[in-house]
Amino acid sequence: MRKKFVVGCFEDEKVLFPAVKNVRKEGYKIHDIYTPFPVHGLDHAMGLRETSIHTVGFIFGLTGTSIAVGGMGWIFTTDWPLNIGGKPHFPLPAFIPITFELTVLLSAISMVYTFCWLCQLMPGVKKHHFHPRATDDLMVMVIECTAKSNEGEIQNFLQSNGAIEISVQEAEAGWWYGRYDKEQKLYRAEELGY
Amino acid sequence: MNNQYVTPAVYKKWSWGLMIAGLLTLVLGVVFLHPTAGAHGDNVNSTRFWAVLLQNGLFWLFLVNTATFFLVICILAMAGWQTAFRRVAEAVSSMVPLMGILALVIIASIILGHRSDIYPWLDQNRVNHDAILKGKSGFLNPTFYTIATLLCIGLWSLVSKKLRDLSRQADEGGHMDYDTAKGWMKKNIWWASFFILLFGLTVGSIIPWLWIMSIDSHWYSTMFSWYVFGSTFVSGMALLTLFVIYFKNQGVLEFVTTEHIHDLGKFMFAFSVFWTYLWFDQFMLIWYGNIPDETVYFQSRFHGAYEGIFYLNLVLNFICPFLIFMKRAAKRNYTIVTFMALLIVFGHWIDFYLMVMPGTVGNHPHLSWYEFGIPLGFVGFIMWGVSRFAERVPMVSVNDPFLKESIVHHT
Repeated sequence: MRKKFVVGCFEDEKVLFPAVKNVRKEGYKIHDIYTPFPVHGLDHAMGLRETSIHTVGFIFGLTGTSIAVGGMGWIFTTDWPLNIGGKPHFPLPAFIPITFELTVLLSAISMVYTFCWLCQLMPGVKKHHFHPRATDDLMVMVIECTAKSNEGEIQNFLQSNGAIEISVQEAEAGWWYGRYDKEQKLYRAEELGY
Repeated sequence: MNNQYVTPAVYKKWSWGLMIAGLLTLVLGVVFLHPTAGAHGDNVNSTRFWAVLLQNGLFWLFLVNTATFFLVICILAMAGWQTAFRRVAEAVSSMVPLMGILALVIIASIILGHRSDIYPWLDQNRVNHDAILKGKSGFLNPTFYTIATLLCIGLWSLVSKKLRDLSRQADEGGHMDYDTAKGWMKKNIWWASFFILLFGLTVGSIIPWLWIMSIDSHWYSTMFSWYVFGSTFVSGMALLTLFVIYFKNQGVLEFVTTEHIHDLGKFMFAFSVFWTYLWFDQFMLIWYGNIPDETVYFQSRFHGAYEGIFYLNLVLNFICPFLIFMKRAAKRNYTIVTFMALLIVFGHWIDFYLMVMPGTVGNHPHLSWYEFGIPLGFVGFIMWGVSRFAERVPMVSVNDPFLKESIVHHT
């Protein structure tokens, strides 16, 4: 869905932090903040909830553990029991390295995919860049225009909070396959004639 | 800023009380356990007397030495986050010479008393008739043992003293300019590099072989030193955390925040897993290889009198830290961190018990008044020594060039 955003660019995180606080106090909706490097404490300043990625890691890790122990256990006791050097059919110490590996593998891969899902990233997904310098040296705060907010007011507000560059952009906000520059044709008045 | 620690009366009461309890146990041990009888293992109580002393002397010495190691790795990694509680680590490391002397006294008594029930290689007659011990006698002999032990404890004490002195130097000159700070760091790095080399040659290789592994003198494991290192590092970090939390509660560590506690919690969590990794590596290779020469070590621990403690060891040192410390909130909660630190110190004390006892007292393990009384004395001694150091120095090293990094530390 296409939405309208006011984009304010900041050069310094010392200016950014009070600005974030003021923006939230004013009741504007922050879509996201793009920074060239991880800014410590920004997630707390933005009021984001704790990430759920570790829960995913734990659940998938547990899945890996059960697949490994269950799988090997079933194979070596029921499906195809083999006598390996006189060891018991369910030799737990020998299973542990594989169990460990599968636990790590599943939790790691699942966390990567969950991360992509949470960030709405996928091969082929085109994301809108609000400012090219967000990958270089600018911190780009993107505020979503809602029905209640006045974009001129937001621009003035950002200006007074130290933004060095302000623009208004319209962009796709969610998951999106394909390209953004393909403008959707709007229904035009002259088409009314059939 | 409140920078001066004053020992509260109740703390003094506890540290002296614990020391007296330990001494009392020792006196009762001398009276009831006949320490001078039966140096060749014909009196279980006599063996027990020395085995418990050896277990505790070595365990607590390794623990306080871990504080020096922690300081050293922080210096070498150019880490800044620990500066807010650096003095606490120094206070714990100030116990290295004193604990070293205690351990030396215990070791000297065992060597001079020819306690072949503790170290079988001390009995020359036995060595002459034992091909394995004879083969090892170039390494396992009283002379080499004594020289290595003296060198090791002496150098540990020397370097940790040097590092503490350097840290105290920073207090005197006021704020350092760039060149002074650089020179100061260089000196720190020099001594830290020396210590890391020393640590690798002692805790990382021969010292656990000599002090602990030679109890089971027929058996050997190349993993053993690392296993001892894992055990003492995680419990040493737990001990450090306990003191950090204590001093924080006393109001003298102004810059220590939940972030620092969180990182100490991460250390305990991660190195509990590291210990398990090493423990399991050693166990699995021996279990899988199934060679009698090697399985003899686990045979006496896996089955019989030590079976319960064997599994308790794994529960205390792996399952509990792994499950309880996994959540972020648990590592940021002072109560849980304190509880877990106590649990880890106790767990690894049990681990040391399991290293020392089966090879000495054999199938007659005790865990009663003597086993629990002696460590009380050591704990009281460490408490006393740490508070003694802390009273003498400012608890925050205000001129340390890394202090700001520690103040703004954020995990």
